[in-house]
Amino acid sequence: MLTFESVSYRYAGAARPSLQDVSLVIGSGEVVGLVGASEAGKTTLCLVAAGLAPRTVRGTLSGRILLDGTDMAPLAIHELAGRVGIAFANPATQLSGVAGTVYEEVAFGPMNLGLPRSEVIDRTDAALRALKIIDLAEREPALLSGGQQQLVAMAGLLALGPAHLVLDEPTAQLDPAGTRLVAQALARLAMDGASILVAEQKTDLLASICDRVVVLDAGRVALDGPAAEVLGDPRLADLGVAAPASVRLRRLADAAGASPATLSHLDGALALEATT
Amino acid sequence: MAATAVAFAAVGVGGLAGPALLIGIGVVAPALAAGLLWKVVRTAGLMSLPLGISALLVNLFLYPGATDALFSIGPLTATVEGLRFASEILLRILAITGAITLFYLTTAPSALVIDLERRGISSRVAFVVLASVETVPAMVERATVITAAQRARGLDTEGSVVRRIRGVVPLAGPVLLGSIAEVEERSTALESRGFTHPGRRTLLWWPGDSGRQAVARWSMVVAVPLLVVARAVGWLGWLG
Repeated sequence: MLTFESVSYRYAGAARPSLQDVSLVIGSGEVVGLVGASEAGKTTLCLVAAGLAPRTVRGTLSGRILLDGTDMAPLAIHELAGRVGIAFANPATQLSGVAGTVYEEVAFGPMNLGLPRSEVIDRTDAALRALKIIDLAEREPALLSGGQQQLVAMAGLLALGPAHLVLDEPTAQLDPAGTRLVAQALARLAMDGASILVAEQKTDLLASICDRVVVLDAGRVALDGPAAEVLGDPRLADLGVAAPASVRLRRLADAAGASPATLSHLDGALALEATT
Repeated sequence: MAATAVAFAAVGVGGLAGPALLIGIGVVAPALAAGLLWKVVRTAGLMSLPLGISALLVNLFLYPGATDALFSIGPLTATVEGLRFASEILLRILAITGAITLFYLTTAPSALVIDLERRGISSRVAFVVLASVETVPAMVERATVITAAQRARGLDTEGSVVRRIRGVVPLAGPVLLGSIAEVEERSTALESRGFTHPGRRTLLWWPGDSGRQAVARWSMVVAVPLLVVARAVGWLGWLG
């Protein structure tokens, strides 16, 4: 469980805080989506949740963040590495830059933790298989496409086996097939009990994988509730967030005066689309 | 280690025959064995060219105290002593650049770093070594992308020298700032992947190191100070 208690964060030298009095609980096995306009505080919340702010990204943090009930504040960054994993939007900067092959790149985190060699291999194999990139194992990471690099970065994160995952636009460079693979991997991790926070612009993806969605506005929580409820909220557009295609389509059908039978067919088709 | 030994020995062993012998044994023979002779010759030759030409010109015409004239160009006189000294320097430069080139062509940076780690070097130090090696191609790639982007926005980077110099200014800023920002992001990502975790990292593999390789390597390491001492006390005869 990942808990935020009245968390505020101001970057060093910034005129105003990027997060203000944020309180959230992400339960074990829960996937929480995070949306908001540009500069709403999504990336900052991700950095704070992963313990990188203020440890490596300088600033002032107030409030408390609890990892399974334990205050994160006294923990060193290396103590957090195996517990909270974070993925960023730009895959190129997430790669170590020192691994000659994708296999070594994915194994980089477990190797850093000094895990036994057999465990490093098991974790690496499992992560590569989970994202169906085992064929890339011998390729040079720097020569992969952006989408492939993003999958490799995600695999590197999965190989660390953290109980808590923080993902900042993890599918920014992925095609629909890659996005689906990430969504499936996240669903499996949630089933295994991981608490997952996903900041994403793709509300369609959030609608399919999240239990809950939180909307940030100017660093504050503006909306927080079940995914279907929040993503269907008419205030979403005013908060700078595009509703999922399914919601927009339903609204258009409503506005066009579609019959209840047509709407029922539409809902059925959208539900089927969401599960495939 | 062998490359370092050859480079040091090239300085330690003077004369013409000494460095020439070093090039033969320490560069040409292993390059031939690796099938890389032409690549080594071409790269080391190009690397040596600027320093070699300047060393040749300066020493050929300006060698102090030289008396044995070869030919004159205006007020400058080329001398035998200058030519001999310039040739010595050129051979040393070729030995050094040849050894370094051979090392780069035969050793993958990641293999070097893993081997350093295996031998007890801290993973942070090893990372800095590799990151330094990898920085240049990354910067070149970034510069290429930014150049293309700036050209698409109308920046003229071709034509006269002045125009080219003007064109560098709007490229240098984004390349440098982008690189700095990338380093920050990368270091944040590394932290989150346990890079600062105390203790030894697990290594999945390391380069092979046969008994013969070890003997050859340590022989060179022992030979270098011996050669330097031998030259200093005049035991090398015609080699020094």
